[in-house]
Amino acid sequence: MFYKTNIRPAWVVLVLLMVFTLAFTLVKTSDSTPDEKVQTEQITPSKIDLSKFKNAAENENCLKCHGQSKYSYENAESKNTVTKRMYAELILNRDIFYTSNHREFKCTDCHSEDYGTFPHAGNLRMEAKANCIDCHGGDEKYAKFKFEQIESEFQASVHSETHSKDFTCWMCHNAHTYKINARTNEILKETITYDNLICLNCHGDINNYQLLTDKKKPNILQKHEWLPNQASHFTNVRCIECHAKNEDTLVVAHHIMPKKMAVRKCESCHSKNSILYASLYKHQVSENIQKEGLVRGLLMGDATTIGPDKSNTLNIFSIIIFGLTILAIIIHAALRIKKSD
Amino acid sequence: MNHLSERLYLYPVWIRIWHMTNAFLCLVLILTGLSIQFSNPGTVVKFNAAVSVHNIAGIILTISYGVFFIGNLFTSNGTYYVIPVKGFIVRLQKQFIYYTIGIFKKEDAPFPVSTETKFNPLQQVTYVVLMYGFIPFVILSGWGLLYPEITVKSFFGFSGLDLTDLLHIVAGFTVSIIMCVHVYFCTIGKNPTSNFKSMINGYHESH
Repeated sequence: MFYKTNIRPAWVVLVLLMVFTLAFTLVKTSDSTPDEKVQTEQITPSKIDLSKFKNAAENENCLKCHGQSKYSYENAESKNTVTKRMYAELILNRDIFYTSNHREFKCTDCHSEDYGTFPHAGNLRMEAKANCIDCHGGDEKYAKFKFEQIESEFQASVHSETHSKDFTCWMCHNAHTYKINARTNEILKETITYDNLICLNCHGDINNYQLLTDKKKPNILQKHEWLPNQASHFTNVRCIECHAKNEDTLVVAHHIMPKKMAVRKCESCHSKNSILYASLYKHQVSENIQKEGLVRGLLMGDATTIGPDKSNTLNIFSIIIFGLTILAIIIHAALRIKKSD
Repeated sequence: MNHLSERLYLYPVWIRIWHMTNAFLCLVLILTGLSIQFSNPGTVVKFNAAVSVHNIAGIILTISYGVFFIGNLFTSNGTYYVIPVKGFIVRLQKQFIYYTIGIFKKEDAPFPVSTETKFNPLQQVTYVVLMYGFIPFVILSGWGLLYPEITVKSFFGFSGLDLTDLLHIVAGFTVSIIMCVHVYFCTIGKNPTSNFKSMINGYHESH
């Protein structure tokens, strides 16, 4: 009985579309963006068990003042307890420090022992900050991170050339908070956000930007107006993919180029030889393939470039199908012509 | 049965205009789609140009599909897409045998075109799968790629955008294969060009 009612396929499609839209809306509302996750993690970090760190007790001598937004001392003359605000850039967040790469250090490993007295002596301000290469240079244990290569790339970069000695590693990397990311974080978007925030720390903040220049801070959104799907690009691609000279390695590119040399051609990324697959994306794709096998590996994760072919197998398969179709057509046509004679 | 009438008016103006638009858009979409898929620095069509044209053609195709969809929802043309389930497999076989054997023996087509049945069973099933399956899917996935932020971020662990991209390409490829076969089958008419003329003047010429 049911089969006798002739339903136009258009109605079936219409009903399916409505069901699809409903399902889509439901899935969509349960989606959470990784960007939000990054933020909440930064706002409410986990409480760290300080007893696990051998230098933590000694470090508390410094952190009792530098670990919070205010500090107190007794005025030697008036005998009153004075409470003052700590300068924001002198505050060290314990939770961030004890999860950073340098968490096992004690303060005086890098800073002068003389900081032990308060008030700190004025000449201590002149203390030179150690740069990455000062400790990591020539160290075999860190050879795979190629600090020497990073140093020479940095020396050739626009940052070093324009600002000379004023521009140090510290401009982008704080030894108190630095945490290795690209190699350890499985969530590509978090690595991208982490890396891009390093650039935005100055290029998105006029106060930091003008530490090195009197120029007006360029409006990044406006400068990148030509980029289609801007928001999507900014959350899926690191600034350095287009603005630094990338080598075929995961070592983060430090050779930042002048703006006129930035990548502007879509096909530089959206092509078979995409520059994105030279570093971070390649790393993730190969990790995923190792873990999940070829097909799932290619599709898993967030390494996405729209457009160009990713799978050679699929290409060969499609060419075979196309070839067979054309062959079938030719044979059919030939037989028709032959029989009509 | 053999000589029903010489000329049947089967393709009203709106269908012909829609068909032309659809054909043109599909061609543009296939060509630009290919150049996006195989983009490399130095290709003939620049990636951004190909993307822009592909996007615009896709948007117009959506409108044109809307015309087709609504037209077949409400006009009598929609009845041609209704597949009578009873005995359909047998009729499909008959048509298949005609195309693979009978046609070379100069047999008459088992389901000649009439005002009641514009499509033979094989055409019917192909057109339904194409027009109510692949085309709407390729349009929807296309919009998903045009606005990546509306696309589901992950689907059972797969990247939603990658999956949409892959399915869009597979569906687009299928459409282009069907299009090749469609164009070839149009040469099977009273004479090889008569079916093409029909889509211009609206009249079908019987054998």
